[in-house]
Amino acid sequence: MLLTFDRVQKSYPGGRPVLRDVSLSLDRGQTLALTGESGSGKSTMLNLAAALDIVDSGEITLDGVALSQLDDPGRAALRRTSLSLVFQQFNLIPSLTAGQNLSFHARLAGCHDPDWCAHLAQRLGLSDLLDRYPENLSGGQQQRVAIGRAMAARPKLLLADEPTGNLDETASATVLDLMLALVADTGAALLLVTHSHEIAARLDRRVHLAGGQIA
Amino acid sequence: MTLTVIQALASHWRTHRLQLATLLIGLALATGLWSAVQAINAEARASYDRAADQLALGRFDGLHNPAGPIPLSRYVELRRAGWQVAAVLEGQLRVQGQTLRVLGVDMVAYPALPAVTQIEQSGTPPDPADMLTAPGRLLTTPVLKPLLAGQTGLPPILISDALPPDLILTDIGVAETLLKKPGEISHLIILPDQPGSIPPLSTIAPELERVPAQEQLDTAQLTDSFHLNLSAFGLLSFAVGLFIVHGTVGLAFAQRRGMIRTLRALGVSMRRLVWLIMAELSMLAIVGGILGLVLGFFLAGALLPDVAASLRGLYGVPVSGQISLQPQWALSGLAMALGGTFLASGHALYRLSRMPILSGAGLQAWRSAASGSWVVALAGVAAIAGGILTLLLFGGLVAGFVMVAGLLVGSALVLPYALSRVLILFQRSAKGPIAQWVWSDMRAQLPGLSLALMALLLALAANIGVGTMVSSFRLTFTGWLDQRLTSELYVTAATDQQGQDIADWLNPQVDAILPIRSVELAHSSGPLFLYGIIDDQTYREKWPLISSSERVWNRVHDGSAVLINEQLARRENLWPGDTLAITSADTLTIAGVYSDYGNPTGQAIVSMSQLDRIAPGAEARRFGIRVAPDRATDLAQALRNQFDLPRRAVVQQAAMKAQSMQVFEKTFVVTSALNILTLGVAGFAILTSLLTLWTQRLPQIAPIWALGLTRAELARLELLRSVLLAALTALLALPLGLALAWALLTIINVEAFGWRLPMYLFPIDWVYLLGLTLLAATVAAALPAARLLRLPPADLLKVFANER
Repeated sequence: MLLTFDRVQKSYPGGRPVLRDVSLSLDRGQTLALTGESGSGKSTMLNLAAALDIVDSGEITLDGVALSQLDDPGRAALRRTSLSLVFQQFNLIPSLTAGQNLSFHARLAGCHDPDWCAHLAQRLGLSDLLDRYPENLSGGQQQRVAIGRAMAARPKLLLADEPTGNLDETASATVLDLMLALVADTGAALLLVTHSHEIAARLDRRVHLAGGQIA
Repeated sequence: MTLTVIQALASHWRTHRLQLATLLIGLALATGLWSAVQAINAEARASYDRAADQLALGRFDGLHNPAGPIPLSRYVELRRAGWQVAAVLEGQLRVQGQTLRVLGVDMVAYPALPAVTQIEQSGTPPDPADMLTAPGRLLTTPVLKPLLAGQTGLPPILISDALPPDLILTDIGVAETLLKKPGEISHLIILPDQPGSIPPLSTIAPELERVPAQEQLDTAQLTDSFHLNLSAFGLLSFAVGLFIVHGTVGLAFAQRRGMIRTLRALGVSMRRLVWLIMAELSMLAIVGGILGLVLGFFLAGALLPDVAASLRGLYGVPVSGQISLQPQWALSGLAMALGGTFLASGHALYRLSRMPILSGAGLQAWRSAASGSWVVALAGVAAIAGGILTLLLFGGLVAGFVMVAGLLVGSALVLPYALSRVLILFQRSAKGPIAQWVWSDMRAQLPGLSLALMALLLALAANIGVGTMVSSFRLTFTGWLDQRLTSELYVTAATDQQGQDIADWLNPQVDAILPIRSVELAHSSGPLFLYGIIDDQTYREKWPLISSSERVWNRVHDGSAVLINEQLARRENLWPGDTLAITSADTLTIAGVYSDYGNPTGQAIVSMSQLDRIAPGAEARRFGIRVAPDRATDLAQALRNQFDLPRRAVVQQAAMKAQSMQVFEKTFVVTSALNILTLGVAGFAILTSLLTLWTQRLPQIAPIWALGLTRAELARLELLRSVLLAALTALLALPLGLALAWALLTIINVEAFGWRLPMYLFPIDWVYLLGLTLLAATVAAALPAARLLRLPPADLLKVFANER
């Protein structure tokens, strides 16, 4: 298994539980949709899987590494080298051009491949936009750059949090198609958080969260 | 409704207490430094005004003889012709090493003086005849009583506190004797109510010039340049403080955009909101201003003694060494706080007032702000060009300050653009992704930090400029002291006879005796001190000539030429080859000009025989003694023992130099203190800007953290970013500071003090200042960096939260 959640518990600082005894596994190359109401714990699960946050109890392993055993630099190194993230808000670096944003994660991870980046830019329809700054790109274009940034590092696991939540229907469909195609081409696993049943239906598996538990 | 809106607006400060504290501190610092300078200036000017009132100076037109003193006979002729004039004789008297001013007035004709009235109305008034007939009476302040009481041969002393602290007032007849100027009159004052049928001045006394009361050079005019200098520094500190206010108010407005939108949606008009916000700003300005006044009062109290010493040393002007609360500077401080607050908040307030009700609460995009920076840079270039043009067209001290202001303000405006270009170069040459991000991110942060960096640029340039000026001055002054104070011992005898006895006793024991003899003459350019010197190798080898003609010393000693000091040369534009009319009968060619720092008045040097011819009877009590340095201490003691001289009557060269250096150092204590304080305020401005930007930083930092950098690495990069920006600003401040130093040395000093100094460079000082700047930037960035280091991941995750 690439990613496993084993009896994971997580509470907010006030003590209110967010995740209760959640266990889940995701194999290499597999795609999984995580659905649920607002506040059900979807994003928290994604953050825990991305080593952005730590569990209260239980364990998460990624590619055989137990995340609770890692210190802050260890978790940062894991984020650089083993996984990539796509956010609803795109979260591009505003001071860098689209091209610089696209290659940023790969260069950070020390695995920058200019040909692969050029291929990604071409696949994502960004070849003519690489010199533009994020503020001069549409939402759909920005999200395509974010997907390119995530895939440029050839991650084992792609984590996406409502990647089409800020896009209109057409842009949303384009972005999802591209992301799924790239995941399939690279053999990465995908854990995608979404409200949309339609999007969830296009992935291999679907897990529904309710009240912090898998329903 | 108004109260409800006020409560809503005020609630922002309850939840942003650090921001409130920053705003008040910024206002207090700006107002405090400005008020301190104003308090010092007000106190000094009050002293001048008191002195002018006490002596009735500047109230009447005067009659002056451009060629020298007015003979008694001319005074008598004027009186006989019906002119209502009063005679005045001024001069200096040295008592126990201290120089005192003597003002002799015609007690019968001169307008009633407060000191005389006070004594006449006292419990034991003197007989008026005693004031006028020998030995006469000396009126002086309680301060001088102990000094004069021990002197023999002086008339009885009457004490009045309605006199300047260094002055002796007496009848003109008594002054003639005291000053050894029999039959001389310095000038005449024209009394009001002149008879209608008096003959015109041109027929009865054509050599005399009538000088209107308002044109007479008084102390306030003399010291104007000094106070203008102080005010300029106060204004610079004030401007730097305003950068803090601007940054803080800007953020507060940006953070309240959501609240403003809601209030407007709830039916509060924008007009009402703007008025209430202006009222709120006024309240804050008054509170900050009052805090600033308190700070300024104590700061001025701490600095005034040194300023008083400077004014005494530079202009011979006595200023009371204690600060008192005066309404004019307190009101000016509050007005500056209010005006400054609105100046600093005007733009933010305007933008808020133009905000559409449905606009988002977003913050200005970095690139749009950055793209506008070339317009600002152009305005900066225009300001620099305008300053230079003003100087070229008009010249003078005020134009000099306009040029300096244009240079400083213009350079500050150019700074963001210049930094942006430099950062682009670094970004292009960066290899790694983190380096690339750091450079691009620094550029992205420029709009938010530019005001603080401008403040830092101004503070650093002022430090480099003033530091270079003071150090250049110190180096020149030290060399000059070595040239001027060449004698190993300086002796002051009590009387001319004792002076002669001392010279006779010393003659066989020493290498040379150099008499120091001078008289004060009335000259068209102001008071002129004429010195006589003997022909000695010391002068030929050491005297600090800055310009001279051939055979300069031979021509002085054969009586055909005169040397003048730089102040007189520049003021009157007299240089070697020109002539100087010392008196109406004595005009000599100028053979050389010498530097004479720390002296506001004109000075000329002739041969001793010329001095005795022009002004017979000049005191012969002071000497410079040339002797082997290792014998100086023993000889000084022997002299004191032999002639029963007080310790201060025999001074060794080293002590004299130390005393001169002490006066020199005191002169620049105030500017140095203001410099350090300005740098401190600039450091605080960086801190407040970084704290201000903190809330906007998280969305930029969080993605980098998510991509695999630790918070510790990000905190280090935050520190590095601040230090790099400060270092780049410091590098850009260096040429600006040197340009400022050049302007101070070649324009401001020449106009203000009458001397021009060579400029020296002090790279070690720059390294020290750079170190101080980096330290200030590190300290300023330490708090935000520490915050980042301790930031819980949950706070960073909020950036990605979809429902936020």
